[in-house]
Amino acid sequence: MKELVCIVCPKGCRLQVDVENDYAVTGNACPRGAVYGHNEIKNPTRVLTSTVKVQGGLYRRCPVKSDIAVPKGKLMEIVTLLNQVELTAPVSIGQVVLPHPAGTDANIIATKEM
Amino acid sequence: MYDVVIIGCGVIGAAAAFELSKFKLDLAILEKENDVAMGASRANSAIIHAGYDPKPGTLMARLNVEGNRMAEDLCRDLSVPFSRIGSLVLAFSGEEMETVWDLYDRGIKNGVPGVEVIMPDKIREMEPQISDKVVGALWAPSAGIINPWDYTLAFAETAVRNGAEVKLNTCVTGIENAEDHYVIHTNQGDVEAQYIINAAGVESDKVHEMVAEKTFSILPNRGEYYLMDKCEIERANHVLFQCPNKDGKGVLVSPTTGGNLIVGPNAEGVVDSSCVNNTASGMAFVREKALKSVPTINFRNSIRNFSGVRANPDQDEFQIGIAAQNFIDLAGIKSPGLSSAPAIALEAVKLLKECGLHLVEKENPITTRKKIRFRGLTDKQKQAAIQKNPLYGRVICRCETITEGEIVDAIHSPIPPCSVDGVKRRAGTGMGRCQGGFCGPRVVDILARELNKNPMEILQDGKGSHILLSETKKEADA
Amino acid sequence: MYDLIVVGGGPAGLAAAHSAWQKGLKNILIVERDKELGGILNQCIHNGFGLHRFKEELTGPEYAGRFIEMLKDTHVQVMLDTMVLDINKNREVHVISTENGYQVLQAKSIVLAMGCRERTRGAIAIPGDRPAGVFTAGSAQRYLNMEGYMVGKRVIILGSGDIGLIMARRMTLEGAKVLACVEVMPYSGGLIRNIVQCLEDWDIPLYLSHTITDIKAENGRVSHVTVSKVDDMRNPIPGSEMEFDCDTVLLSVGLIPENELTRSAGIQMDNRTNGAIVYENMETSVPGIFACGNVVHVHDLVDYVSAESERAGAAAAQFVLGETEAETPIRLSNGFGVSYTVPQQIRVNRIDKIADVFFRVRQVYKKSVIEVSDGEKIIASYKRDHMAPGEMEHILLTRAQLDKVAGDTITVSAKEAE
Repeated sequence: MKELVCIVCPKGCRLQVDVENDYAVTGNACPRGAVYGHNEIKNPTRVLTSTVKVQGGLYRRCPVKSDIAVPKGKLMEIVTLLNQVELTAPVSIGQVVLPHPAGTDANIIATKEM
Repeated sequence: MYDVVIIGCGVIGAAAAFELSKFKLDLAILEKENDVAMGASRANSAIIHAGYDPKPGTLMARLNVEGNRMAEDLCRDLSVPFSRIGSLVLAFSGEEMETVWDLYDRGIKNGVPGVEVIMPDKIREMEPQISDKVVGALWAPSAGIINPWDYTLAFAETAVRNGAEVKLNTCVTGIENAEDHYVIHTNQGDVEAQYIINAAGVESDKVHEMVAEKTFSILPNRGEYYLMDKCEIERANHVLFQCPNKDGKGVLVSPTTGGNLIVGPNAEGVVDSSCVNNTASGMAFVREKALKSVPTINFRNSIRNFSGVRANPDQDEFQIGIAAQNFIDLAGIKSPGLSSAPAIALEAVKLLKECGLHLVEKENPITTRKKIRFRGLTDKQKQAAIQKNPLYGRVICRCETITEGEIVDAIHSPIPPCSVDGVKRRAGTGMGRCQGGFCGPRVVDILARELNKNPMEILQDGKGSHILLSETKKEADA
Repeated sequence: MYDLIVVGGGPAGLAAAHSAWQKGLKNILIVERDKELGGILNQCIHNGFGLHRFKEELTGPEYAGRFIEMLKDTHVQVMLDTMVLDINKNREVHVISTENGYQVLQAKSIVLAMGCRERTRGAIAIPGDRPAGVFTAGSAQRYLNMEGYMVGKRVIILGSGDIGLIMARRMTLEGAKVLACVEVMPYSGGLIRNIVQCLEDWDIPLYLSHTITDIKAENGRVSHVTVSKVDDMRNPIPGSEMEFDCDTVLLSVGLIPENELTRSAGIQMDNRTNGAIVYENMETSVPGIFACGNVVHVHDLVDYVSAESERAGAAAAQFVLGETEAETPIRLSNGFGVSYTVPQQIRVNRIDKIADVFFRVRQVYKKSVIEVSDGEKIIASYKRDHMAPGEMEHILLTRAQLDKVAGDTITVSAKEAE
């Protein structure tokens, strides 16, 4: 049995997730909590936000994100890969700056026009 | 070989340099920090005292009153913020009222103009927010408020424009008497001088002992302060002192020339000049004492705490005089040192003459300084200023309305700053309620651009105070 | 002569300008001091914005980008790199810029959208040395996300507000070691989601009921920080000190609306919000001058800033285009457990069907009730499962409820449910 705090809303329900029993969730006040608890223990994912170098922009860094959530365990690996990316202005929102990093299905995309 | 070398570029060294730079001399000022005014000169009450406090007949009494008298013209000519708002010494008991009368007598004897003992009705008229426990006060109309680091900068910059050299990051490690001149050993190599002026502040006893027998000691003494948001300025219209005691002049409440309210200091012996930290107990003491004078002060409106270390000598007198052949002490300059500075400088000139230095006046020495303070201009002047230099049209410090033009002026001034706080002292950026939170990164950028440096080289303040440690998105350091 | 001048091109100003355009104002100007629109959102590169407004999770720059895109279809004018120096009751706006020098612009209406600034070390009087390495979280965020510099390698964060939490994760992702997040209150000021994803994900300890009691410097930079537990009165408990070996302190200790211009225009202020006192349509005490976003009160979600600002923009349009009659407003007073409300006054005849009321509670509540009373009777009540000072509350008052009010004051209060 694993315990965690639900982050779906400010209430902060204390969830119990039964790993042995197909990640069944108890302690949730709403169905969204059950989905969160299940995923968070079975396969936690996060949207990654970071920056990459950019030449010719108003600032020296361009913000980026993963277009879908990536496995939590791969965040650091992807951030390291971003060190090698260097863009040149103009950059448009949604432009792919790094496709499928670390074998994930996600693309890293620019989040700002520069 | 310099004719005169001044050790220390606080307000005393700078004022002496200013006076001496009017003569045909090779003059240098050695300063161990990376800027001028880095000791007590930048962290004090910012008051030009009237002069009723020192014991009659002392040097302190004479130089304070004289320095006070000189301040107004100097500040006008050198474009230093100064305002003669007058001071009150508040009495809260019959016993303290006796002290007030003693101070009145001293004021008369010291030649302080206009001193008067006033009663609660009059006090409340002058200071509506004052404590109702005040039973009387000494009124000294000649007291003033000043920007102390700008006073120092104004003296030092003008000296530089008159040909003096300011050598920063130059720490004196020893002085050798080479028969007909001195060899000053520093971390930057030797400097030779015919005459030396010791204006080394908290270290002035050590410098004295490099050439002479010990005659005094400095007992470094820390004072802690609150600087309050501009919305608190209504708490006081004049400098509000409490009765002096054995620890000094007590906690004051006063407007500043920047339009803030200053509250402090306490007094606490410390080891050396590096002890400029604030303490919970010191700040609590300051709050408690200040509320005794003005109960309405709202300390939630504090924007900064700071502390300064004063160069108090172990005797109740400035240590000014000829300490050895061709070696002048301007040492032990405790309060009212800032007030006395220009008079002390004249004293230094007199003492050098006594030592035998032949002084020839320059034909046209510079004695004025112009400084554009955009905020203080009329709308028309603002328009004209921007037309002349578009950088006056870009506000960088939004709290204090300081423009890029003023920052660039500061960076290219006679003693160029190398740090964000150096720009702050010259242009006033970051003095406001956000304390540089907004303009800090922009000032770093401008400093780097103007000095042709990498932003990571720009310091916050003194040596080693790096702001940025590395670039992001670099390969991890091995 | 402009129909509307909007001071500030952050999320509040963008939404106000857009909504005023939609409501029919033609000659609208946004004055922005920075070199681009978007305000603070440009440095908030994390996601979590827009769930209410756009029903999707956007990053800060994307959220700003949506509004900037919307404005491209309008004739709203923008002056960048331009600072407003002064505003007065005659709705004259004094601005300066490198390009156009000093100008006095006349407006029929003004929206104030200057945002807020961070509280600093001086505001909370932390003892210790004053070296480099103490940053407000927002300045560190700008250095990191826009300028591309690391401000530290070993970091302590004071304050568990969302900016502090977000920076804990950002610094960690960029290779810094965040040693602790320290919060003086017994509860966090940030969203649970951020506690989990910014601290717990990275094993960063959160010390509640703790504060920094000393900062030590070596060679001009932070070298050590002392953290102490505090008692119920928030006083440090001697003997509870922990010392951290670090080079950086980030402060996330609150935001203050930025109201120099508001004050100099002679607009009445609320000393609880530190912003202007506003009516139901975000009009200030000076007719024709409106205020919205964080300059009125500090929001926790930009989505609410946009909604509030759209009301302000629409009201500015109404002011310019329509006619309104003066009327005595109902005053909102803060009852038990409520620290402020926005608006502070409601003119019943000016509202269409409902009035939005935002407020904050003074403590953490579990099952609780919000009550609105006119002194004689309860005119509305609302159930809540959870309330906290860090989360802005929102209630709706209907025209029907307000019409029933006896007297000219209603009180909003909070209590535990029975």
